[in-house]
Amino acid sequence: MLVAVGVLALLAGLFGLILGFAAVRFRVEGDPLVEKIDAVLPQTQCGQCGFPGCRPYAEAIAKGEADINCCPPGGQAGVDSLAELLGVESKALDPERGEHKPPMVAIIREPECIGCTLCIQACPVDAILGAAKQMHTVIESECTGCELCIEPCPVDCIDMVEIKPVLATWTWDRPKSERIGVAG
Amino acid sequence: MSLLHEQDFHGGLRGLPEHKELSTGQPIGELFMPSRLVLPLCQGVGAEAEPVVTVGERVLKGQLLAQAKGSLSTALHAPTSGQVSAIEPRLVPHPSGLPARCIELVPDGEDRWGELPRLADPLSSPPEVIQAVIVAAGLAGLGGAGFPTAVKLGVQGRPVKTLLINAAECEPYITCDDMLMRERAAAIAEGIQILRHLLAAGQVVVATEDNKPEAAAAMSRALAGLPECEILSFPTAYPSGGEKQLIELALGKQVPYGGLPLDIGVVCLNVGTVYAVRQAVMAGEPLISRIVTVTGDGANSPGNYEVLIGTPVNELVAHAGGATDGVERCIMGGPMMGFMLPNDRVPVIKTTNCVLLMQTEVPAVQQPTMPCIRCGACADVCPASLLPQQLYWYARAENSEKLEHYQLFDCIECGCCSYVCPSRIPLVQYYRAAKGEIVEQQAARAAADIARQRTEFRAARLAAEKQQRAERVAKKKAALKEQGSNPEADAKKAKIAEAMKRVGKLEAPSAESADEQP
Repeated sequence: MLVAVGVLALLAGLFGLILGFAAVRFRVEGDPLVEKIDAVLPQTQCGQCGFPGCRPYAEAIAKGEADINCCPPGGQAGVDSLAELLGVESKALDPERGEHKPPMVAIIREPECIGCTLCIQACPVDAILGAAKQMHTVIESECTGCELCIEPCPVDCIDMVEIKPVLATWTWDRPKSERIGVAG
Repeated sequence: MSLLHEQDFHGGLRGLPEHKELSTGQPIGELFMPSRLVLPLCQGVGAEAEPVVTVGERVLKGQLLAQAKGSLSTALHAPTSGQVSAIEPRLVPHPSGLPARCIELVPDGEDRWGELPRLADPLSSPPEVIQAVIVAAGLAGLGGAGFPTAVKLGVQGRPVKTLLINAAECEPYITCDDMLMRERAAAIAEGIQILRHLLAAGQVVVATEDNKPEAAAAMSRALAGLPECEILSFPTAYPSGGEKQLIELALGKQVPYGGLPLDIGVVCLNVGTVYAVRQAVMAGEPLISRIVTVTGDGANSPGNYEVLIGTPVNELVAHAGGATDGVERCIMGGPMMGFMLPNDRVPVIKTTNCVLLMQTEVPAVQQPTMPCIRCGACADVCPASLLPQQLYWYARAENSEKLEHYQLFDCIECGCCSYVCPSRIPLVQYYRAAKGEIVEQQAARAAADIARQRTEFRAARLAAEKQQRAERVAKKKAALKEQGSNPEADAKKAKIAEAMKRVGKLEAPSAESADEQP
């Protein structure tokens, strides 16, 4: 009896030490779930989800504080992949957050710009170039189309323009004669 | 000439209606001068060339119009002498029907050559010199995709065992390589010698199909006496002219997955490209013309024509005897891999091997699609040994992970699977769309990663700025405090305080008296 208790106590102590060592030695920095969710989000940084950027939204989803259908730029495909990642039922995109739009880019009507720098301060990805009382311009390749620069502009000189396909980015369409629900 | 049957590639279509005899009845038509030439800055694979001429400039035949930009790009030259009338987006021969930047040239009718830098004795010139000529001549693969020839030939010291000349011309209707070999075999042989010297290739194999006996005979006459040089003639099968298929057919070797023919010591060039190499090196002529087959049941006088690059298709068709009244479709390329032209004013480019005028529908893709019955016919004919059925399901399900697992990107889009599908499913169209979607997804992921980095950097920058500001304020406060403990300043302050007290004492009673007055 005593031997058994002693052996078990010894084992418990031993495993406790191993676990304690492992907890320190193999500690995971940060929350890997947040990283995974953040990788699925489109990184538009538009804040339409109600959080100040994609990462805060990812953190909120990981904590269970936000729903997965709050990201209009990600579209329904984004909601679906979040659902798959988290192992939950997918749902329709929340229409209150806005609608899914084709990729856009902000363009400043440069003759009208007064050089107030407000849009520069609003841009979440530093994609607007300019200085006080100098004309500003958007670095189009870096613009995520978040529309955050539109509202602060005092002279309304920023347009959101749809990105049209050019020869280099054009891809084939799916067949139009698809018979949905038969062959699938 | 030897016949090899033991090596073969998987799948393919045998016994396709060829219709090649339509366009082989007459010799290659002479060059003609169109009213204008439209030269897209991108003539196939790779980046747009950079124009070096301006609108209004007069140019001579063979003069450089646009130089190659980046490593995967080809230079563009003036096909005739004349004046540059525009550099602007125009409709180009591309399945998208989208415009792209072009140089428009109005010929002056003189057709005057500029200076031509030709090599007197190419076979004793160092390979670098020949390579430089090929780079400057703007050569692109004339067989299909227009891959820059100079890139293919830039082997950088890697050993080349075999130079494989692709003369299979496996698609129905097309006969431009056939006619080229029949009429200009001697020049092709010179091209082969130049390329063998350039690549230091041990063996040369010219691979053709057995439906071109005259061309094969002409080539064997021209190549007689050349050591380690043979002509192989294979039973006609589509797509034996695919690079990987031809290598397997002719040499019995497979190009490794994701690799290049050079990895197994092979360089494969189209026979038309070989002729263009000869013209560039020995005659100094850059790539400004090519042979185009004009054929189909809608062509009045089907045949092959030497055509300046940039010639509008409608002028070529008019020169070639015109089209019959009932023409419904104008296809660039063959019936299997070609595409419908958005209109007939688009130009001939370096990769245009055929203009097909059709009265009737070519393949049966326009008929209603039926469900897949899992018959497996597509897998039997796939020359890349893929599983078209699986790819089809995953393409429909948009499962890009599985599609890549089933090696979607090894699909050469030959169209064999769609051709044999009894349910008439446009399989290739699904694969093309799926490839495009995957490429788009990857691009979106890359852009998102950059946006994430930029956001994180901005957050770090704002935090750093805030900290710096806080530090500055703290420093100022500290400096003020320090000033406070300075003895000189203390003395000054004490004096000021004393003075203020005196003033206060003087002022205070008067203020009080002033208060008392009312």
